[in-house]
Amino acid sequence: MSATNSGSAYSFELKDMNVYYSDKLAVDSVTLSIQARKITAFIGPSGCGKSTVLRALNRMNDLIPGAKVTGDVRFMGRNLYDPNVDPVEVRRRIGMVFQKPNPFPKSIYDNVAYGPRLLGIRQKSTLDDIVENSLKSAFLWDEVKGDLKKSGLALSGGQQQRLCIARTIAVEPEVILMDEPCSALDPIATQAIEDLMLELVKKYTIVIVTHNMGQAQRVSDFTAFYSIRKAAEADGIERRWGLLVEYAPTEQLFSRPTSEETERYIRGEFG
Amino acid sequence: MESQIKAGQQADISVGIARDVFRNVRRAEADGRPILTQRARPFEDAARIFLILCAMLSIFTTIGILLVLGNESLLLFINEGLSLIEFLTGTEWRPQSGSFGILPLLSATIKTSVIAMLVATPLGLGAAIYLGEYAPQRLRAALKPILELLAGIPTVVYGYFAISFMTPLLRGLLNSPSFFNPNGTEILQFYNNVSPGIIMGIMIFPTIVSMSEDALSAVPRALREASYGLGATKFETIIRVILPAALSGIAAAIIVGLSRAVGETMIVALASGAGPNYDWNPFVFAETMTAHIARISSGDLSYGSVDYESLFSIGLTLFFLTLGLNILSRWITNKFREVYQ
Repeated sequence: MSATNSGSAYSFELKDMNVYYSDKLAVDSVTLSIQARKITAFIGPSGCGKSTVLRALNRMNDLIPGAKVTGDVRFMGRNLYDPNVDPVEVRRRIGMVFQKPNPFPKSIYDNVAYGPRLLGIRQKSTLDDIVENSLKSAFLWDEVKGDLKKSGLALSGGQQQRLCIARTIAVEPEVILMDEPCSALDPIATQAIEDLMLELVKKYTIVIVTHNMGQAQRVSDFTAFYSIRKAAEADGIERRWGLLVEYAPTEQLFSRPTSEETERYIRGEFG
Repeated sequence: MESQIKAGQQADISVGIARDVFRNVRRAEADGRPILTQRARPFEDAARIFLILCAMLSIFTTIGILLVLGNESLLLFINEGLSLIEFLTGTEWRPQSGSFGILPLLSATIKTSVIAMLVATPLGLGAAIYLGEYAPQRLRAALKPILELLAGIPTVVYGYFAISFMTPLLRGLLNSPSFFNPNGTEILQFYNNVSPGIIMGIMIFPTIVSMSEDALSAVPRALREASYGLGATKFETIIRVILPAALSGIAAAIIVGLSRAVGETMIVALASGAGPNYDWNPFVFAETMTAHIARISSGDLSYGSVDYESLFSIGLTLFFLTLGLNILSRWITNKFREVYQ
């Protein structure tokens, strides 16, 4: 069953999570809890580690050699970094949509059916239903229903991104992670994705990384602001790492930020 | 203040010098209007002509070879009253007695090449997948030069290796009495197509690995992440996303390998036997097209003789075979090229 039946109000609970790349600290001690069936936005200047935190949530960082996560990262009460946890199983429950639309060079149908087929669903009628429902949920069905055999790459950028969302929800995840999903799209396509997110959040927990503060304000319920700290090493090389500065309901964070750094950032003074 | 003024003056002076320099380089009429017509540039022209010659030379060489091959082959067909059907379907190659069927030689070439590809393709693709997707960076960095070393071994060494190592090994395995061969009959002759075929496969292996690995590593990271993000395992991602996306490059690698197998001479000349033999059984001796040309042309061969002309017809057949493979390779590359973006 999907997230609607999970007991906890939180999808993720992070406590003192650090991320290292090749023993270098990338993100320092993040503690936050992400509410289920809400949209949580991660904002902050480039290099503040917001994408790194996002990719720690479905163990996507495992694919980067030398990446290491310490601290307590819980997904629906389970420790995501327990040695017994299989990242493949994690990613089947926590879907991801990437910055650049990345449909497979396959047909629209095969793109959406990819995940269900991995899970062993072979029956044509079942797959047909899943493909249709997923495309409908991604507001793409009406535009492509006539030609599901067409290559996913033949679609426009915005359509491709909605195809990627359809592909993600085809495996009924609990959570959808979105890593700047609109940064490669024009304003109209962005609007379509934002409308879609507001619809999807009824069923799924959504965490979105965005550079666009307007977008965070329009769609998210909670916003986490990350920033960068710098320190000069003994050898003169400057080290930078990211950290969580402030985490609050979106309305509150943008109108009454408690940190002066947050205030400067949302006023557009840096980043 | 003073130093600032000085610096300003210096700047003025240097602009003046620069103007003088350019005045000498640029051309102007007596009244100061610029001359903008083209001036002679002998080096540009010489360089262009030299480069055209380089490009033309390779084309003319190809055309020249084709003309000679075609001309001499044509003489054979005319002088001997040979028809193309007879040439392509005849099962006996004995120029001295007027039999010019290419099949005995062609079949041996096909047998050795197919065996070579059966060895090189799965091993090469497997090695490419391991190197590209599984191997740690350091192991990969160590293995690649070793593979390139394998590609640098002269083929005569491979041929010697076939006849002095692979053939005795295979004969020991197949010809000695065993469960499959209780009477110990001679299944594998000393000269055969299996041993040189396997060795050719080893020779081609580095080419397949290197080209396939390039094709695999050209598959964008975004596609891998998309697959992993949907809960695919590494092997599922390789089979369902990376290999299909790299298919055109892999197909091109296989065709290039096949072309090399068809054209390879030294290994088959040493290990496949010294005479044409129309038999699709790869365990018996059979001379390939290339090996036959090598043997006949290294003996006494008089100009205009039947043997002489017949060699050109084999050469032309080889030419068309490799040309066809190259065209096929281009067609596959274009047809199946997956546009990632």
